[in-house]
Amino acid sequence: MRHVLSALVQNQPGVLAHVSGMLASRGFNIDSLAVGPTEVDEFSRMTVVVHGDESTMVQVRRQLEKIVTVVEVKDISSEAFVERDLTLIRVSACAEKRGELRQLVEVFRAKIVDVGPSSLMIEISGTEEKIRSFIDLMKPYGILELARTGRIAMVRAVEGDCDSPELERDRPGH
Amino acid sequence: MSTCSEPVLGCDLLVDCMIREGVEVVFAYPGGASMPIHQALTRRSKDLRTILPRFEQGGGFAAEGYARATGKVGVCIATSGPGATNFTTCLADAKMDSTPIVAITGQVPTKVIGTDAFQETPIVEIARPITKHHFLVQHTEDIPRVVKEAFYIAQSGRPGPVLIDVPKDLQNRRIVPDYDPAMNLPGYNPDKHASSAELDRVIEMVKQAKRPVIYAGGGVVSSDASAALKKFAISLGIPVTTTLQGIGCFPGEHYLSLHMLGMHGTVYANYAVDAADLLLAWGVRFDDRVTGKIDEFCKHGKIVHIDIDSSELNKNKPACLAIQSDIRYAIDELNTRVEAEPFKLQLEDWHRQIDEWRTSEPLKYDLPEGAILPQHAIKEMWELLKERGELDRTVVATGVGQHQMWAAQYWKFNEPRLWLTSGGLGSMGYGLPAAMGAQSAHPDKIVIDIDGDGSFLMNIQELATIHTENLPVKVLLLNNQHLGMVVQWEDRFYESNRGHTYLGDGNDKPPYPDFVKMAESFGVQSKSIRDPRDLRSSLEEMIDYDGPYVLNVMVPHQEHVLPMIPSGQTVRDIIKT
Repeated sequence: MRHVLSALVQNQPGVLAHVSGMLASRGFNIDSLAVGPTEVDEFSRMTVVVHGDESTMVQVRRQLEKIVTVVEVKDISSEAFVERDLTLIRVSACAEKRGELRQLVEVFRAKIVDVGPSSLMIEISGTEEKIRSFIDLMKPYGILELARTGRIAMVRAVEGDCDSPELERDRPGH
Repeated sequence: MSTCSEPVLGCDLLVDCMIREGVEVVFAYPGGASMPIHQALTRRSKDLRTILPRFEQGGGFAAEGYARATGKVGVCIATSGPGATNFTTCLADAKMDSTPIVAITGQVPTKVIGTDAFQETPIVEIARPITKHHFLVQHTEDIPRVVKEAFYIAQSGRPGPVLIDVPKDLQNRRIVPDYDPAMNLPGYNPDKHASSAELDRVIEMVKQAKRPVIYAGGGVVSSDASAALKKFAISLGIPVTTTLQGIGCFPGEHYLSLHMLGMHGTVYANYAVDAADLLLAWGVRFDDRVTGKIDEFCKHGKIVHIDIDSSELNKNKPACLAIQSDIRYAIDELNTRVEAEPFKLQLEDWHRQIDEWRTSEPLKYDLPEGAILPQHAIKEMWELLKERGELDRTVVATGVGQHQMWAAQYWKFNEPRLWLTSGGLGSMGYGLPAAMGAQSAHPDKIVIDIDGDGSFLMNIQELATIHTENLPVKVLLLNNQHLGMVVQWEDRFYESNRGHTYLGDGNDKPPYPDFVKMAESFGVQSKSIRDPRDLRSSLEEMIDYDGPYVLNVMVPHQEHVLPMIPSGQTVRDIIKT
């Protein structure tokens, strides 16, 4: 099962190395790990996506909590949360394909951020599922380069909001 | 002592902060990047003893021995680069055995960090997974906070090693320090206590038990819970078996003691755990050397696992009831409950069953004629000290291997903190330096390093330290000219094919090396024996000698440590002969 762990860590040199080293040396299977600043200078937020059964998850979590610079760990998988991943894709795009590509970009609420003589750079953010389907659609055109931030996540304020089309407008078709 | 308004050097500040933490002795080997610290140590030599080991690893193990014998934080200091990397085994060892030490390393000056400067090693990066925590000091002003945090982290919660890496330029900077800074550890909360409901549940389970066993480990020793454990076990009549690191947390000579369990534990301890309907697993971590095949371990019993470290709960073995708690708090609270509402357990049948096992399957060896058996030498030493009433003031350290297991089996400890051994990591060479650390803390106690010739040779340079520092450590060297434990496995699993396990110079040559000559060259009194008739008198001579002593006892290498549950197997596969 896929779990999303959200960890608040002290913003100090070496914390990322410590966390990733611990995960690697204990053989935990990591899907994605993203880190960045929070609203408080002192702390950073790490989002770790891990695959494993319940007991593996408990171990990952407790091993994370044991690291002195890790302040708090939450497994937010069971809660309603918003999950995002920012991806940049460069696809080859000859003149006749550009119209098609532009339409797909619109459907997915992505953005064309750079235009070259024979390629486009597209920015897309959203859930894992959405990004995966977009990447699949881009494959036939020829993906020249791809970069992803890894997933970040945050728990919603109120349960049940997740289906509101006003708030969740990033799925294709919405 | 400096007042708050005077500027001081970073190195003096570091030493001052250690003294403020109650440090009385450090094991420190100097080098380029730690010279200012050593200069500062000379300025405070009245308040803080500096012992110069002859190898940084010796200093690290000495700090561990000091810590395990006292319960206080042991401190070792080295320079950057190779000095620092020589600490890695000690840090890993202290991590595995939850020993509180603070290791301080000099680092190259801040401006050249990352340039592959002379003797530069990123020791914090290396030490990350083998320390409880680690600091690379960034500003001289941070020294008091870092030292305070390091000592707090090392000895609170589940104890462990903390590394402080101090660049040389910060040691040489002069600042006006704040001696009492606030700690900044928002993610560290080591005070864990079982809830009232959890403890009530334990009592309920104990009341229903017909075949309860306590499986007690190093956590009981490190949280000073031995007295509480003794009270609980004796008041209810529950038998106690201990792990290698738990040895001494329950009196080995008490009727309820089943002694050590696991791979080389007693048959009766392993049978009892196998037959138990309730296993009180306290301050333990279900190590593979204890459990063997994990699914079969205590298969029919309910397990109550209490440990301060939540990551140990349900890690190797699922528990029926898993409680995160300081073990002393938990046992004290259980005792309070038993006292408030006393009850008796009907354990006569259980005790009778255990008595049968104990009688039919005792630890035993056959005494051959003309040779000293290593087990026998250990037992003789123990009996001599028991007759003299010295047992409770005798500390025993060991190396790693057969001699270590025999010491664990045949030396009955009645008090905690008298047994120093490398369990989790199994570091050969631990014995002599650990003994030296313990002796520095307890100059009046008898400190014996029971060692093998392989382990002893790994840190033999510390003979120089015990001589020059007047540390009267006694070495009972069980010399079989082999790596005995590996030889035993070769005999059992590799058709006795010797894979570089012979340490001698050839069968037609005298024993090698000549440990007596070597000891003498270090100025340490020494003697070699081979005849059983010389054993008792030589042991007496060693104990009575005023100063360090190496007694080289030549023993046969054919002996095996028994009983033995082969790795990954079960109590039903136990080898008894």
